[in-house]
Amino acid sequence: MNKVQTVVKVGIADLNIVSAPDIIRTSGLGSCVGVVIYHTTKQIAGLAHVMLPDSKLGKQGTSNPLKYADTAIDILVEKLLRMGFRKSQLQAKIAGGAQMFQINTANDMMRIGKRNIEAVLSKLSEHQIPVIASDVGGNYGRTIEFDPQNSQLRIRTITKGEHII
Amino acid sequence: MNYAQLSHLQIDALREIGNIGAGNAATSMSKLIQKKIDMDIPDISIVSFDEVMDMVGGPENLIVGILFQIHGKAPGMVYLLFTLEEAESLVKQMTNNDEISLSMDGEKNDLAFSALQEAGNILAGSYLSALSDFTNINMQPSIPHLSVDMAGAILTVGLLQVSEVYDYAIIINTKINDAEEERKGINGQLLLLPSPESFNKIFQALGIQDHE
Repeated sequence: MNKVQTVVKVGIADLNIVSAPDIIRTSGLGSCVGVVIYHTTKQIAGLAHVMLPDSKLGKQGTSNPLKYADTAIDILVEKLLRMGFRKSQLQAKIAGGAQMFQINTANDMMRIGKRNIEAVLSKLSEHQIPVIASDVGGNYGRTIEFDPQNSQLRIRTITKGEHII
Repeated sequence: MNYAQLSHLQIDALREIGNIGAGNAATSMSKLIQKKIDMDIPDISIVSFDEVMDMVGGPENLIVGILFQIHGKAPGMVYLLFTLEEAESLVKQMTNNDEISLSMDGEKNDLAFSALQEAGNILAGSYLSALSDFTNINMQPSIPHLSVDMAGAILTVGLLQVSEVYDYAIIINTKINDAEEERKGINGQLLLLPSPESFNKIFQALGIQDHE
């Protein structure tokens, strides 16, 4: 029981799973969304850093499935189920989905933050995983850190300070 | 085109583009602040998205980023990046005011922000006009979009279009440096991120059609 706490980092378009006392972090979320799916009593949490809403947007078949909200969440849920959890035991917290620049264009790409949030919410609801808390939107970056021991998601920003959801 | 396998000739062409563009931008910067500005040889990187963040000190690093979309036949994005100190030092020289900073009592300082955007206009404009002249492809910068925030949040915007197609980006990265005061001077980074479809147009315009 004297395991040292480590912080597991998740990069862009990647995911990972930790168990307490370790914590999991992803840095510099802008329009990307950090999706945490966790089990409260088993103190296990997975974090996916998704960049785009929909894998059907991909123009090449070989693309990394962890980049997209739909496929990344499927993969994360699948990994947790394979560890022996049931979907009904899982909960989620999400953060990110900002619009960093007010760019006026016909290109939908510039509203990607909002579309990422919608895609994440719809995929989680499809899996019937409730979203317990979220901190999304705005026009600023976020670094998030989840502690499976107390299910707290700590959100750090440059201009809006730090808070926990 | 296979994005990850540029020929030496193509890489040289991109480096030349970076050179010409940044050379013109450095000249404009020199005129703007009336100081000598040097630039490094451009670096052509084919990097994963995480590595893009590492090029500017990691995803959580505070940076000042001015983003321009490139309109025209070869679309893409241009970033002008500074550290907070570099940006403030640039604004101080432009306004002749040593007291000015980017934030005042927690609020953003509008004068400093406009000065930076104007510097951005001049630099990105001269960068792209040199590129246009060299390639004979019309490229126009959008209005400047300025943000002071985490590098990850700022740079992802420029990677979105590429990310629809690839898991890595080709970045033409040039550093411009204050020749007089290396540490406290005006140093900046110019990143050019052509959209995936623009590479072939650029290569064709330069007469390089070699895809090996």
